[in-house]
Amino acid sequence: MTRYLGLYFARIGFSVATALIGVFFALPLVWFIFAPFNPRAELGLSIPDPFSLTNFEAVFQNGFAMRGLWNSLVQSVGGVILVGAGATLASYALSRSPIPGKSLITYILLLFSSVVSGSAAMVPIFLIINGIGLIDTQIAVILVFAGGLLPTAMFILRDFIDSIPKSYEESAMVAGASPVQAFFDVALPVIRPGIVVVVVWAFVSIWGSFLIPFILLRSSEKMPASVAIYSFYSEAGTPIVTLLAAYSLLYSLPVVILYLFVSWKFGFRFFGGIKA
Amino acid sequence: MASIRFKGITKKFGEFVAVSDLNLEMNDGEFVCLLGPSGCGKTTTLRMIAGLETPTSGQLLIGDRDVTFLHPKDRKISMVFQDYALYPHMNLADNIAYPLKVRGEAEAKRHARAREVADVLKIGHLMERMPSQISGGQQQRTSLARALVYPSEVYLFDEPLSNLDAKLRLEARGFLNHLQRDIGMTAVYVTHDQAEAMALATRVAVMDAGKVVQYAPPMEVYRRPATTFVANFVGSPPMNLLPVEAMIADGALHLEADRVSVAPLPVSRAVAAALKGSSKLTLGVRPEHLSIARGGEANAITGQLFANENMGPEKLVTLERDDAARFTARIFTDEVIALEATVTLGFASEHIHLFDPAGARLPMDGEPA
Ligand SMILES: Nc1ncnc2c1ncn2[C@@H]1O[C@H](COP(=O)(O)OP(=O)(O)O)[C@@H](O)[C@H]1O
Ligand SMILES: [Mg+2]
Repeated sequence: MTRYLGLYFARIGFSVATALIGVFFALPLVWFIFAPFNPRAELGLSIPDPFSLTNFEAVFQNGFAMRGLWNSLVQSVGGVILVGAGATLASYALSRSPIPGKSLITYILLLFSSVVSGSAAMVPIFLIINGIGLIDTQIAVILVFAGGLLPTAMFILRDFIDSIPKSYEESAMVAGASPVQAFFDVALPVIRPGIVVVVVWAFVSIWGSFLIPFILLRSSEKMPASVAIYSFYSEAGTPIVTLLAAYSLLYSLPVVILYLFVSWKFGFRFFGGIKA
Repeated sequence: MASIRFKGITKKFGEFVAVSDLNLEMNDGEFVCLLGPSGCGKTTTLRMIAGLETPTSGQLLIGDRDVTFLHPKDRKISMVFQDYALYPHMNLADNIAYPLKVRGEAEAKRHARAREVADVLKIGHLMERMPSQISGGQQQRTSLARALVYPSEVYLFDEPLSNLDAKLRLEARGFLNHLQRDIGMTAVYVTHDQAEAMALATRVAVMDAGKVVQYAPPMEVYRRPATTFVANFVGSPPMNLLPVEAMIADGALHLEADRVSVAPLPVSRAVAAALKGSSKLTLGVRPEHLSIARGGEANAITGQLFANENMGPEKLVTLERDDAARFTARIFTDEVIALEATVTLGFASEHIHLFDPAGARLPMDGEPA
């Protein structure tokens, strides 16, 4: 009996402890949802009273910040298109062609990519971009992101494509399709879930990055939201909490929407195909 | 339809020789089975006909065209894959009609044709389903329909029935045989199941380690296996093989082994030649040619009863000998047979096969070598 009682209390203790940890992590999220609607928001958590949209009005009037969201979208979508298309074609080729040492190629690229996207490479990247005269252009940001993310994207996708039987494309070619036709008709639709995973991952990575656009861009009208967010700091460097909160909510919406859209449309499935 | 000719085809993967110096001719309208154990190079041979592998050396002709380096799409072939390779994102109608789509056929027309073929294969009512929503047997027929939907010169099959359960496999085998009679297609069919090869083929190419060891009509392969390998591979259960001591005395061949008695046999020229260098031969008898000895048989073999299996219309009686070699008899009776611990099986002289020490068949005089 006492043994059961002991178990019982252990169980309660465990639940209380996990609940506390849960609350600890939930608090910032709750703040994040409430503060934008509170005209007197501070760093402490409080229920908005009255519930108002004045913070958003102020944010919408800040042209620099609004353009930042647009710039983020341009840079992310541009990068995603390059990464998605490049990784799909490259990893398909790597998976299907009999190049010797193709695993080595992927691993070396992977190694370099962690260097490229790391801060250690910022100076050389700056010098290269400066050298080809692309400093202060969106295209520079897009290219650097694409270069940094491509190897990992290729790595993920190659693994995915390796798991898809070659016989799909082979049967298409025997049936009369050219390799290009076989790729678009048969391989691409089967690979699509993998591409979706890569696209979402690349979008989120670019959307949230600060350092690369901060270094490569000069003019304020090209800065993405991750940099523009600093316009809600006072001269002295203290955040204007009310506006910052509203802007952060706007900043996070596209990512949330993307996740919802993808999980509604594709369900984040990883392996297509039918059982052999 | 067209003939297929292999002229000295070799295929290497790195240093590994998967197919070695293959010379085969398959006639227009023939149904050739490539038969052999797993890894002997059957699929590689088939894929070279399809153009999915390129020979390392040699020449391949379909009809009068040299197709050795031709892309698969230009070969006018159809192929049924072992895993069916149905496109998971297309419904059955689009799967079956895909070869027509590639050829630029309009949607209404190609779907009508797909439906026609599907109806013949009794999957016409499933056209809206996705491949994952139908059974294995239906998937198999879908892949067959996709191969039949357009006219081809050559039809290729890579173990198309191996993923079906036993009952469906028999049914599908019968259907393929019917189809062959119906449209007289030129087909190359890969299988490791000798019964499938026997049932379907007009000629069987038995392969071992990248080489064709015998290429003949099924009954010829069964009656006169070219090597002990073929003898051991064809037949169910396969031929019983036993090493024997041979000598020629008084113009007759005498075979000896422990607890075996064989009546003297006529000396053929092949036997005489084989016995110049050695006195060892291999004796072969098919299980269906053995019976329980009642005394007075010309030839007999004795051993301990190992197994007595009821198969319905027949029994499989297996005896084990002192050297652990086993001999199986296939006895056609639906009576229960009671057996002692020691069993003697008898067989007629005309059912004896002889092989030289290297395993090659020693033909009787007058028998085509
Ligand atoms: N792409 C390949 N690379 C290397 N070895 C291969 C390749 N394809 C087949 N092989 C080898 O060639 C041999 C014959 O293979 P295969 O033709 O598939 O045999 P089967 O169909 O008779 O079972 C096997 O030993 C196999 O491992
Ligand atoms: Mg095979």
